Amino acid sequence: MKEKLSEDIMALRASKEFHDGDVVNLGVGIPNLCATFIPEGRNVMFESENGALGYGGIIMVDEFEKVEIQYIDAGGRYFLPKEGMSFFDMGDSFGLMRGGRLDITCLGAYQVSETGDMANWSIPGDTSIGIGGGMDLVYGAKRVIVLMEHVTKTGELRVLKECTYPLTGKECVNLLITDIAVIEPTKKGLVLKEYAPGWTAEEIQKLTEPKLILADDLKEVEL
Amino acid sequence: MNKIIPSFEEAVADIPDGASIALNNWGLAGGPQNLILALREQGTKDLTIITQNFMYTPFPEEVVVMPFMLLPQMKKLIAGFFAAASRYAYTTNLPAEFVEMEKVLEKEVIGHGNFVARLQAGARGMGPFYSPVGIGTVVEEGREKRTFDGKEYILLTPLQPDFAFVRADKADKYGNLTYNGTCRCLNPVLAMAGKTTIVEVDELVEPGQLHPDEIVTPAAFVDRIVVNEPGARGSYEYTMKKLHEMLSIPEVRGAVIGQAKQMVKEEGDN
Repeated sequence: MKEKLSEDIMALRASKEFHDGDVVNLGVGIPNLCATFIPEGRNVMFESENGALGYGGIIMVDEFEKVEIQYIDAGGRYFLPKEGMSFFDMGDSFGLMRGGRLDITCLGAYQVSETGDMANWSIPGDTSIGIGGGMDLVYGAKRVIVLMEHVTKTGELRVLKECTYPLTGKECVNLLITDIAVIEPTKKGLVLKEYAPGWTAEEIQKLTEPKLILADDLKEVEL
Repeated sequence: MNKIIPSFEEAVADIPDGASIALNNWGLAGGPQNLILALREQGTKDLTIITQNFMYTPFPEEVVVMPFMLLPQMKKLIAGFFAAASRYAYTTNLPAEFVEMEKVLEKEVIGHGNFVARLQAGARGMGPFYSPVGIGTVVEEGREKRTFDGKEYILLTPLQPDFAFVRADKADKYGNLTYNGTCRCLNPVLAMAGKTTIVEVDELVEPGQLHPDEIVTPAAFVDRIVVNEPGARGSYEYTMKKLHEMLSIPEVRGAVIGQAKQMVKEEGDN
């Protein structure tokens, strides 16, 4: 089997979308890794739903001594304080999203549809109602970037004509980065823009339910 | 004027069966741990608990006290996020009766933004209002929808809990409050929304010691204050110490620091 992009490479590709001065919210999972790959010279301010903006790096397991209990992000990870960081209440945090001040959100998902719908909070058999901040993020962010594996561990398709899991938002995804492709949902359908090294459009199509439109400048993933 | 109550027991003594209580739960710090313990001790029943996150933790009760520990006393949950026990790999040791109680609990869960907006409306004395979030999802089911300027909205109702349990970093005896980092979170909203607001605070300072510009919650929103004994269970210092004790155990470090994948079951694990 051909090699797929690692989670780090997917995160690196996503971080290319961040511009200097952007306010960015990173979801749990692969999106979290994006913070590690900010291009040099770009000052990106990370926002966390529980009420923090402009915080520093995430504390990794081998530097656990640095953990301060009052510096926690929405995903339950501890961060370092940073110059220019601010704290605010949860009402302001979600106001920031709805009010249009969040430039980018990167989220994980279970499924993305042909029209850019996404599902990321509930799987069949789960009795949780884990909506959390996802619906607010996809509604409020100017750009929604989804990072997910193209198919499930058991080979089921995740890029579908229609999502079969409960939706987080309709027609909200601006860019989908998977472990084999970069896809842009458009009014005409899903446009395949980039492919992982060694993959052909036909091979990606086989793992994608809706018909992919090939971008005029279709190319290998640029990092 | 002195809003200080000598004990947590006295601070919650008048909370009746059937009361609604709102409290912050995001991370280990910033939650009213001793107020929760006092309410559990009191055994008040049929509670409606209003909190942004209702979930289980891998931490023993000696480390942190969280709203889920009130489950046997609860009738209803209003939340932004509810994670069932079955979602977690580490909650297999949760008492079986909790899992059963969780199933029959009445739940109203509509996402974080709509949840906090309902509390903000309650805090400001507003009536029902329209939100754009949740359109096209299960959240819109059973709710009135209206279109303004070509855009769809759902009708939400305000939340004004009977009691708000607030956790603050510093307070003076008038009830002026400041917070610490992300422990702020829902606390200032709760302080405003509660019909009666009870504060658990780590440090009591003299009036005037807090600069008027640094006060986040003004005294008018606070009814009662109980001061945590430095280093005692539930205090900031205590929780910090317990957290670092957990972090010193290599096997659990990943989960404690929020970087262990096995914390939450993933798609295909069921």
